[in-house]
Amino acid sequence: MKFGVVVFPGSNCNEDCYWALKNDIGVDVRYIWHKSTEIDDLDAIVLPGGFSYGDYLRVGSIARFSPVMNSVIDFAKKGKLVIGICNGFQILLEAGLLPGAMLKNKHLSFICKYVSLKVENSSTPFTIETKDHNTLNIPIAHGEGNYYIDNNGLDELKKNNQIVFKYSNKDGKTDDNTNPNGSVENIAGICNKEKNVLGMMPHPERCCNANLGSVDGQSIFLSMKNFIKQN
Amino acid sequence: MYKDQPVTDKLVEEHGISPEEHVNIKKMLGNREMNFTELGLFSVMWSEHCSYKNSKPLLKTLPNTGDNILVGAGEENAGVIDIGDGWAISFKIESHNHPSAIEPFQGAATGVGGIIRDIFTMGAKPIAVMDSLRFGDPSKPRTKWLANGVVAGIAHYGNCIGLPTIAGETFFDSSYETNPLVNAFCLGILRHEHLAKGAATGVGNPVFYVGAATGRDGIHGATFASEDLDDSSEERRSAVQVGDPFMEKLLMEACLELLKTGAVVGIQDMGAAGLACSCSETASRGNAGTDVDLSLVPQREEGMIPYEILCSESQERMLVIVKKGREKEVNDIFEKWDLHAVQIGTVIDGEKMIVRNNGEIVADVKAKDLTDNVPEYTRKVIEADYFSKLKEQNDKDIEKALAKNNLDHNNSLSKLLSSPNIASKHEIYEQYDHMVKTNSTVLPGSDAAVLLVKEADKILAMTTDCNGRYCYGDPFTGAKIAVSEAARNLTCSGATPIAVTNCLNFGNPYNSDVYWQFNLAIKGMSEACIKFDTPVTGGNVSFYNQNPDGAVFPTPVIGMVGLIEKKEHITSQFFKEAGDMIVLLGPVGEELGASEYMNVIEGVSIGTPPACDLEMEYNIQSFCRESIKSGFVSSAHDISEGGLAVSLAECCFSSLGHLGAAIELPYEIVNNTSALFGETQSRIILSIKKDKIKDFMNFSANYRVPFCEIGKVTEEKDLIISAKGKKLIERSINDLFDSWMIGVL
Repeated sequence: MKFGVVVFPGSNCNEDCYWALKNDIGVDVRYIWHKSTEIDDLDAIVLPGGFSYGDYLRVGSIARFSPVMNSVIDFAKKGKLVIGICNGFQILLEAGLLPGAMLKNKHLSFICKYVSLKVENSSTPFTIETKDHNTLNIPIAHGEGNYYIDNNGLDELKKNNQIVFKYSNKDGKTDDNTNPNGSVENIAGICNKEKNVLGMMPHPERCCNANLGSVDGQSIFLSMKNFIKQN
Repeated sequence: MYKDQPVTDKLVEEHGISPEEHVNIKKMLGNREMNFTELGLFSVMWSEHCSYKNSKPLLKTLPNTGDNILVGAGEENAGVIDIGDGWAISFKIESHNHPSAIEPFQGAATGVGGIIRDIFTMGAKPIAVMDSLRFGDPSKPRTKWLANGVVAGIAHYGNCIGLPTIAGETFFDSSYETNPLVNAFCLGILRHEHLAKGAATGVGNPVFYVGAATGRDGIHGATFASEDLDDSSEERRSAVQVGDPFMEKLLMEACLELLKTGAVVGIQDMGAAGLACSCSETASRGNAGTDVDLSLVPQREEGMIPYEILCSESQERMLVIVKKGREKEVNDIFEKWDLHAVQIGTVIDGEKMIVRNNGEIVADVKAKDLTDNVPEYTRKVIEADYFSKLKEQNDKDIEKALAKNNLDHNNSLSKLLSSPNIASKHEIYEQYDHMVKTNSTVLPGSDAAVLLVKEADKILAMTTDCNGRYCYGDPFTGAKIAVSEAARNLTCSGATPIAVTNCLNFGNPYNSDVYWQFNLAIKGMSEACIKFDTPVTGGNVSFYNQNPDGAVFPTPVIGMVGLIEKKEHITSQFFKEAGDMIVLLGPVGEELGASEYMNVIEGVSIGTPPACDLEMEYNIQSFCRESIKSGFVSSAHDISEGGLAVSLAECCFSSLGHLGAAIELPYEIVNNTSALFGETQSRIILSIKKDKIKDFMNFSANYRVPFCEIGKVTEEKDLIISAKGKKLIERSINDLFDSWMIGVL
């Protein structure tokens, strides 16, 4: 089993994802330079966080045209697992692999802190190992994580159980007080209809080791690992 | 836009060069006048900012040697310290005060960009950033504009480039009203064998220009930083550079990749004074010359004259000297990262820095005349008039404050906790990505930040510290306290301090009071650094932090780094468990001068700081560290601004859940106010694991340091402080926490 972590110019969580997958989760992993299109050896792809192309023009909008992205789209169409974290989520939205768009945080400032995350759908390939968790204790770090989708789109997401994570309090209660960025219905992560592509704003790779204060991020990567093993 | 023009005495003076210096320069040039391009070179390189002409003689008196120092102060762009097992760290702090005063966002952003370049220039991979900030009265709209702009600028640059801004400090006082201080620190890690240097050697080796193209931004930034701020400073907005963190990220990756090939002879960033500085300093260090042609420099504006190209401070550029024959490796790596890499010249025999434009020589000077041969100035030190008057006034102010009866100490505590210098800075550090790179183990908000550096398997603690109010009241003691408190912060986190970088922010050095402050501060810093065995490995002097109303508080900011031996020794300031014993380590004291209590409650913003006994400080810290290493300690927090009561409250505020404390002060108290809020130094609050209290007591018998048990950590979320059975403070932690979380921006 092998994971690939895409490196765009301006990615800056690629090393963190690589380290967590290799050392905390224990899977093989390699980097994919954004100009490369050879990804057939991989079982799962991570689009890491950062500021690809400096967030110029619009977050994720330039990275979406990197040569690797066509391969990632094909990869996803084959049903293989793709996870986009933070900037990776934004790129997935721009690439049309996930619906909706990102706005600036409601307070207009970048925000970095631990939040609680309620798992709305624990039967996706990314969440099957989260069942023991009432909520996940996980950091966010973004300036544009205010997820927006129109009402029809939202109905569609709900109908297909595509909402995977919501910002909540420690007990899983979701309301405006637990919404750090103004996202529609506290949405922190969604997947596609087929459930093999996930985008999430929080950073699971930042909480895979007890030294960092939480290990709850492991459950997401372990879900992927076990899903791949079983399929 | 600048126009080539004949050089007159008036023009020379306008470039900040004194008549005596002008005569000197003409002599150096073999009795000829400079041309306009050369005037540009001398103007920036002889500016205070680049030459340190008023500070160098004193800086040489700071301790700068040690067994673990691989590159010492002033030798290169930043110092390098051995941390064992083939690993080293490089770190430095630098100011960007003047640019931030007129364009806070870009001024602060490019300050971060500049210090990061200084670190990767050494071959080190940057892993952390800190910021040390000073602003005026936070209730003023201009302060809000400056503070919000500076914080957003730091966030913009640090977040985008992907480095955690892991710690820092923010201090408000009206002395910084129009002249904020923005000091940025960066730390990087490297293998010994990857150490890079900034020297041009090997005649015939090609000189490459890499990174962003050159524009007209930031021309004379260094000269601008070497004069007082006044009403016309707004017009110098063009001297503020514009940062592009994305470009710097690519440049950093490309340079670190290039350095690993072994093809590089020397590398230097283009910060202050741009090409002028990088060409002359690399030649000077290499005892060689350089011959470069400016027409080859990538330019993003049309019609730039040599003067502009040499003095531009456009960001995200580097000068790289490469082994002849290995040019292709440079081109390949920079092409991969879609960056410019152009050979603009060669290293030549001799000591000349020759600058051409389309082949024609436009400047011909000795490199060392721009660097090593700049005159140094030492002037007579005269004690400032205010010093003795301030001491007298201080005694009266304190007497008046202590004479008040029926004071509501609960109210004072809440007020102090919500005052700008003590209140939580979460609004600031939450705008910074402080977790990227996944090394951050103790997050902002505790005494020092702790990084568990995975790839090196080393644990680093770091902090910045300085109380400008103390340094104004007594520059010698204030500087000693800055070093001592930085060391105390590291000690409380379980670390042994190893080295220091300093950022010396002062007013105009030609002002005799300022020069006196600077002298005393250096002396105090020197004494303290010797005591803690923490050599100064580099830093930056920022003079002219002054506007028509006067100078800022003398603010010698200390950036200190320490090593923690084992993961088990990492300690934070927060109480961990009810039942733990609370110990006050250090002397009993009630010094109220220059305290936040006097500032916030009495409205007295200047005073004489508490005394600093280095011997006591050293012993207390050693004992604290040994107690941590022996496994007795649950938490450790130093007592600083706001005194005992504020520190105890801060120990109770934990993200893992608040706890309370029941305190009974067992020692003789002179006055309740000063006992609660005095800022006597060398004090630490420890909480001792409840099952280790006996062991701790036995252990402590071997040490001759003052300490006493003052209470217990409690499940009940209240802070109660009593003396002689009388409750001085009784307040719920939630109330205190709400006061503390009020926000400062």
